Amino acid sequence: MIEWLTLLQILVAVIGGAIAVLLGLIGRRPNDLTMAFTGVVALLLIVQLGVAIASPLMGNEPSGSLLEFYIYLISAIIVPFAAGFWALVDRSRWSTVILGVACLAVAVMLYRMSQIWFIQSV
Amino acid sequence: MTATTPPRIAPVRARRSGVGRVLIAVYAVLALAALGRSGFQLATKFNEAPFAYVLSAVAAVVYVVATISLIAPGRAWARVAWVTISFELAGVLIVGFLSVFVPSLFQHHTVWSIYGIDYVFLPLVMPILGLLWLRRTRAERITASENAQ
Repeated sequence: MIEWLTLLQILVAVIGGAIAVLLGLIGRRPNDLTMAFTGVVALLLIVQLGVAIASPLMGNEPSGSLLEFYIYLISAIIVPFAAGFWALVDRSRWSTVILGVACLAVAVMLYRMSQIWFIQSV
Repeated sequence: MTATTPPRIAPVRARRSGVGRVLIAVYAVLALAALGRSGFQLATKFNEAPFAYVLSAVAAVVYVVATISLIAPGRAWARVAWVTISFELAGVLIVGFLSVFVPSLFQHHTVWSIYGIDYVFLPLVMPILGLLWLRRTRAERITASENAQ
């Protein structure tokens, strides 16, 4: 796991999540902006997966349990995709809120993953 | 002009309509998180704290059933939703209280420890919102059936 990349992704997820929750609550249907944020969050999670696979090979070992880390990462990858499909099927304002909730949930999971990787057993 | 307008019938709202969908989405995430974590705990360190980890697993399964009961239509599922969500509220209140005031009982974290602090207090907030939502959908259903008569 790379510290700045993780921080960047948490920022994107929090900002995108807050925007989507607000837009949903004022009645907007899922649009390009909220879908794009969710898409970027999902894409960055795939990047995280690549980084997680490559890091130990390059001497960047997790301090905590790699298994626990992967459970969080795989769960986190499911979340934005599920929310995105939901938003494509159900074009209501609540889908926008759900996109936001998904991004915020990913932010929390990334924070937990960074704890496992960087400080769990230090 | 004495045209009588028919009484306005409140639309019967399903549990999975409107803001209920957000509730279901958050429940699904919570169920996923609790399942993943308790699965990991049971698989790798069951012997350290069997009670705490079995409790976490039970909580995780209840979250899954609660999520399904919010999605599935019908009165039977409504009852399942009431039971599971009440169980969660009782669980988070009891375990939360004990973990704060008798911390020696809960050395190992469960979903419900310190009122669900590991899950940004969602385990405390969600059952309350869930019960409010169930009450509201039920009240509307009763109003609707009374109006229909």
